[in-house]
Amino acid sequence: MTGPRSSRRAELAVAALLGLAAVCAAGFVAVYALDSIGHQTQLLGLTLGAAFACLAAAFIAGRRLVAGEDAEDEYGGPAPEAADEIGALVEESATGIERRRLLAGAGAAAGAAIGAALLAPVVSLGPVFDLASMARTPWRRGRRLVDETGAPVAASAVRADEFLTAYPEGANPEEIGSPIILIRLDPATLRLPASRRSWAPQGILAYSKICTHAGCAIALYRAPLFQPVEQPPGLVCPCHYSTFDPATGGTVVFGPAGRALPQLPLRIDRAGNLRAGGTFSGPVGPSWWGVRRGRATS
Amino acid sequence: MLAACALLGAWTASAARAAGGAQTTPVAQGAELYAENCQSCHGIGGTGKPEPGPVNGVGDVNGFGPSLAGVGALAADFYLRTGYMPLRSPTVQPRRSTPEFSPAEIRALTAYVASLAQGPAIPSPDPSQGSVSEGMTLFTENCAGCHQAAAAGGYVPDAVAPPLGSSSPLDIAEAVRIGPNLMPRFSPERLTDAQLNSLIAYIRTAQSPDDRGGLALGHVGPVPEGLVAWLVAGVVLVGVCITIARRPA
Amino acid sequence: MVGRAPRKGDVVIRGAARTVDERTHAAPFGLKALRYLFPEHWTFLLGEVALYTFIVLIATGTYLALFFHPSTAQVVYHGSYAPLDGMRMTEAYRSTVHLSLDVRAGLLMRQTHHWAADVFVAAIAIHLMRIVFTGAFRKPRELTYYVGLTILTLALLEGYLGYSLVDDLLSGMGLAIGYAVALSIPFVGANIGQLIWGGPFPGTPDFWSRMYIAHVFLLPLLIATLIALHLTLVASLHHTQFGGGRRTERRLVGLPAFPSQVPRSLGLMFAVFAALFLLGGLVEINPIWLWGPYHVGDGTNGAQPDWYLGWLIGALRLMPAFDVTVLDYTVIPNPFWGGVLFPGIVFGTLFAWPSIERRVSGDRARHNLLDRPRDVRWRTATATAFLSWLFLIFLAGSADRAYVLFGWSYETQLQVYRVLVFVLPPTVFWLTLKVCDELRRNEEVVRNRHEAETEARAAAHRT
Repeated sequence: MTGPRSSRRAELAVAALLGLAAVCAAGFVAVYALDSIGHQTQLLGLTLGAAFACLAAAFIAGRRLVAGEDAEDEYGGPAPEAADEIGALVEESATGIERRRLLAGAGAAAGAAIGAALLAPVVSLGPVFDLASMARTPWRRGRRLVDETGAPVAASAVRADEFLTAYPEGANPEEIGSPIILIRLDPATLRLPASRRSWAPQGILAYSKICTHAGCAIALYRAPLFQPVEQPPGLVCPCHYSTFDPATGGTVVFGPAGRALPQLPLRIDRAGNLRAGGTFSGPVGPSWWGVRRGRATS
Repeated sequence: MLAACALLGAWTASAARAAGGAQTTPVAQGAELYAENCQSCHGIGGTGKPEPGPVNGVGDVNGFGPSLAGVGALAADFYLRTGYMPLRSPTVQPRRSTPEFSPAEIRALTAYVASLAQGPAIPSPDPSQGSVSEGMTLFTENCAGCHQAAAAGGYVPDAVAPPLGSSSPLDIAEAVRIGPNLMPRFSPERLTDAQLNSLIAYIRTAQSPDDRGGLALGHVGPVPEGLVAWLVAGVVLVGVCITIARRPA
Repeated sequence: MVGRAPRKGDVVIRGAARTVDERTHAAPFGLKALRYLFPEHWTFLLGEVALYTFIVLIATGTYLALFFHPSTAQVVYHGSYAPLDGMRMTEAYRSTVHLSLDVRAGLLMRQTHHWAADVFVAAIAIHLMRIVFTGAFRKPRELTYYVGLTILTLALLEGYLGYSLVDDLLSGMGLAIGYAVALSIPFVGANIGQLIWGGPFPGTPDFWSRMYIAHVFLLPLLIATLIALHLTLVASLHHTQFGGGRRTERRLVGLPAFPSQVPRSLGLMFAVFAALFLLGGLVEINPIWLWGPYHVGDGTNGAQPDWYLGWLIGALRLMPAFDVTVLDYTVIPNPFWGGVLFPGIVFGTLFAWPSIERRVSGDRARHNLLDRPRDVRWRTATATAFLSWLFLIFLAGSADRAYVLFGWSYETQLQVYRVLVFVLPPTVFWLTLKVCDELRRNEEVVRNRHEAETEARAAAHRT
């Protein structure tokens, strides 16, 4: 236990700390009121934090002023007699009932049914049983490509080593089926699947911008300046670095994605603008149970 | 090996310069510098070397590199001013370093490269003409994927997209038009000069962002924040617990 | 107190106590509560750190809710922050930017709230480590342990929802990943995703209402109830204690709640408040005005979730590229392993730990005394190895920044991590066993020496 001298010192220290806390708190109000003071957030945090810190120090420094001695007690234990009495109480109340199993079964059925009934309205939250909307995108055959401002994208606007983001004309740009990346590769370097030979007029390629791994936007285009020493062209997702090869139809060449990037067929209309030649080569966005590797439904 | 040869080349070049070369025009001076420092990878007359192999008369240096015909003063100025070039090894990613050439030498080399074929001139960006908000939109749409939303740099398999903290408006203007290394490029048709001014205006603000929230932990997001939560708050509060429980001696 | 004249304050307090008791009949309970004994050791204060952080979360969170608009309506920004001017964004994002940049003390409250969330989970984790390493989860406290683990699980979800409500670029990307993880659950993944989001990502505006109500009402209510249950169980069973001195399995020695524990706890509480508000004012966290709003077609490099979900990113990135398919059908999409199975294993192990230990050690007795970690070497070694595995995978999530900062090849790092996740935990297990053994051997040596010296002294006295 502390002696009388050190205890009086502790009392003074506690009083001083409490006074300091008051000053800091007043400082907080002053800083708050005087908007002209710069670094508002820092000063507000500093004054309020300091006020609490002084309060903390006051209690910690003064804890022995009020402290009692260590005390002893006994650990309680379980009370099996009382528990048994509860059991007996319940049993006694049921002595008058004969058809226990019938009532228990009926009660369980009622409970389960009411539980299910109460849960049923949860289904309204979304199209739980209709997964068709997941495979739908706004892209249709003939739909024009537009940029962020809504202006049509001309084929000539897509140059080698550049990349563009495009959207379907008239559709909501905030659906995962909407954004696509446009790049242009030398047609001689393309090794697309046989069914997609006509999908890349002049070597212009369009791919879904949404990664098939976890749904982030594929915001990186790796465009080598000098091919012999650098990595080949690639569409890369910044979340987990899944890399897709645009020359081979979006196959995965690095990273954890398990499914190729869906490709959109393109054609060039009479005005020289780009239009979709159909729907994607596969479902857009992250995979789910049963998602087929075939065509996305319209 | 390559490093030794390049160093040797540079040393003899500067020795020759010190001896007072008789070249007069910048293009001619540039041609001489080119022959001594760049030819082994970019080929005689800047025609490029698509495969590794020695260039006639330049010893047994196995460089290879792209053609410089048509890259213009813009590219030469960028690569030389930033120290990206000369490159010690053709397979290593160029990184910003102290330029090996003096500003006068850079001008000479740039004039020479520009003379090889018609190419873009050195741009004159003016970020004060740009709109910061337009720049932020453009940056988010086109650059953040590699360079990170606050221009703190990022990873692209298999290279680094450098942080832009020390990039000047000219650096940015030139890099955007070139698309160095794995970076895609943005031609004036894709990104007009006015849009480029806006982009640069935004990047300038990202270099000294609005940090009114306090000490910025590198502007890279939750990882340093988690470290602070554990190593500052966690350590301090555990320390407070230990202090509270301490018995007087 | 005997032998001292009553001071005026005493009379007032006694009068107040009587008045309250007359109207509540609560004095006997109050007396019992004031006499409740707390163990002295500092590790027993760790749970309180989490509790006080929760109080800050509620207080600052309430303030934020007075300004935040949980709406996905598209608006155009024309506020005080120039770089965002003219940008399309949701009202949720705009109201958070407004709160941060234009409302006095708004940024302090928002940053304190976010720091408190990070510290809340860290405090629970440190507290959990103390529980596991000292065996406090053993009979009769298994229920307390399960309740605490549930609080931890809910805290992760609560934090995720909280920072996702803001709809900035980083958290929007995080929601897309959450959607993909939900979708990766076999059989029902897509149905669950459609249910929660109201349709394919990014979902309907209803989804934002759901996140909001879950974050400001449902989960805080649930967590607060579980905390109350947790504290009630702790008090009902009494705290455990370390052995030594007069402390035994039956005899409890500690500090009475009043007057000894109260100043300790209050001091700790204000220290927690101080730490959080100091961080909230001095260290910037989640500067959403720098990231910009989320759009489905935008992405940024180096996006990470908050630390308490960051341990999953490493797992997602380490997995080799494969969807489990049967012919044309996808059976298990890739994010399942890192996003569902990995946390499932971690939390499943934590929940099953008391049962596993009971089966392996055969110890079904009640325990009020705690173990010293070195005395239960196999549990300490298992727990340490488990933590090292977790931490390694966590670290793997930073491999891209390591490449940018130090130039270590990303692919090589991945390969190294993929080997280490199998090699490191057994190594750590073995090392921890050795350390425990060494510590105990040292203690034995010291103890033997002490006994020998005492005996020698006694012998010297006899002669």
